[in-house]
Amino acid sequence: MSDWPKIRTVGLSGILITFAGEMSEPANRAALALRAEVEAQGWEHVSETSTSLVSTFLSVDLALVSPEDIIARLNDLLTSRDWYAADLPAGRRLWRIPTVYGTDLGPQLEEAAKAAGVDPDTAIREISGSRVRVLTLGFAPGQPFSGMLPDTWNIPRQQSLTKEVPAGALVVAIRQLIVFTNPSPTGWRHIGQTAFRNFRPESDQPIALSPGDELCFPAITPEELKRIRMKDSSGDGGAETELLS
Amino acid sequence: MSGTLTIHQAGPQMSVQDFGRPGYRASGMTRGGAADPLALHEGAILLGQEPTLAAIEMVGAGGTFTADTNLRIALTGAPMKATLDGTPLTWNASHPMPAGARLVIGGATSGTYGYLHIGGGIDLPLQMGARSTHFGAGLGGALEAGDTLPVGADTGSGTGVALPRDDRFDGGCLRVVTSVQTDRFDDETIARFTATAFARDPRANRRGVRMEPPGEGFFATDQLSILSEVITIGDIQITGDGAPFVLMCECQTTGGYPRIGTVIPADLPRVAQAPTGAEIRFDFIPLEEAIAIQQRAAADLKALPGRCYPLVRDPHNIRDLLSYQLVGGVVSALADPFEKET
Repeated sequence: MSDWPKIRTVGLSGILITFAGEMSEPANRAALALRAEVEAQGWEHVSETSTSLVSTFLSVDLALVSPEDIIARLNDLLTSRDWYAADLPAGRRLWRIPTVYGTDLGPQLEEAAKAAGVDPDTAIREISGSRVRVLTLGFAPGQPFSGMLPDTWNIPRQQSLTKEVPAGALVVAIRQLIVFTNPSPTGWRHIGQTAFRNFRPESDQPIALSPGDELCFPAITPEELKRIRMKDSSGDGGAETELLS
Repeated sequence: MSGTLTIHQAGPQMSVQDFGRPGYRASGMTRGGAADPLALHEGAILLGQEPTLAAIEMVGAGGTFTADTNLRIALTGAPMKATLDGTPLTWNASHPMPAGARLVIGGATSGTYGYLHIGGGIDLPLQMGARSTHFGAGLGGALEAGDTLPVGADTGSGTGVALPRDDRFDGGCLRVVTSVQTDRFDDETIARFTATAFARDPRANRRGVRMEPPGEGFFATDQLSILSEVITIGDIQITGDGAPFVLMCECQTTGGYPRIGTVIPADLPRVAQAPTGAEIRFDFIPLEEAIAIQQRAAADLKALPGRCYPLVRDPHNIRDLLSYQLVGGVVSALADPFEKET
């Protein structure tokens, strides 16, 4: 019997179902699929559901509801099919988001390249040529954690927090890329800048990206970014999109 | 809308708050809302209205306000020096505020977050289901001098009642349950963590409150490469420098820094209110004990209206006072309701 998936309570806030001990695409798909199924069945006492990289979280007030019944029901559901073989969500899109690498707009590019053991030009080539998938939204509204980059980019977070990166910042750590929603402190390295807005509260669809979407970050010059910023009011930041399936 | 409240001077990070926006966790947004939700309940009880109405949250210091209509107000949370046209106002109580009168709220004498409640509530348009400012998400923003806020229709009446204050404004011991990453810390680290007297750091906001250790920090094994995982309000996150951050209502939904445990919901107002420098300790308790404490806290909240007392002991009000206490006084969080039958 495998150790996974693991079911655990989270403080008094809910129940976490973890599909793997480290990031993997099948575990990420399993987490998304389990969440979709619990949502579709509308479980009693579950006030909301979410996913992180390889786990599904069910919000349950454990001061009011004892977790045993929900855990028993989860065990039945988990054994009913192979969650690791689940399909990706339907209606996924590919986003090509123009990005300035390095300069004062991506001040930690050289530092990140050094941590990855490559020169800055190679770093730009590798990252701008990669296609990554939105694994989860988190930390701030609509903010994508996306991966996985090649193993070279399995670089750790910094020891101390950067005080603030701007909205639209592209940051890297542990084979993943994030575009920041809002100005924010971070332990990840700031390597590039986009004009993409993850969160558009004034819009009918405040959250731009969905887990399962794919992202590319083609390189542009600072002048091009300036031009995009002048023209764009949608929040897309010059991004092109394509329906994947 | 039945009138407006004008802000003539505002302390830092003053904002409109209600219970926030649950339901957006999957999109990466925590619920936000009042840093001290208990204070929202207290304000609602003092004004005899729904706790879901929006109030003004004041951080460390208040501001100066006038209204163009007669208002009922209540002041709760961290006690601050307040006057109305120069007359001192009792904190944790409700008062009439006539049109044109000048309400001046000064610095907090203990605690951090004070609240100004208005009869009818602050009637801003709903945005994604709430009126709360969420600084982290960029919804709403800090209130400033010159801002005018719409006030909702006040369907209640009466002022001049107060609630006794509790001890959540001075730091103290926070009760903690284990979380999914507690086992990333060895026994020795946990023992040292619970034996440490921390000081509430000046670095604190609605995202989280840093607790400064007197000596060296606390570290998990393999601290910097832990997979990002779900975060819940109350989680005690250990960042790179080894100091704990207790995460609050506007915290992130996921994070990669390890969490040593989770402060129980009943003690979160104490986290929010601890003033800079206050001593903070953490005490791990079993889940069953935490559940019992939460249930007691819920019963205490239900019984809170019965603890109201009139501000002025006018003889005409004494009869009302007695009947009020009879209603509330029979409710005890610990008592068995069936024993009360005879």
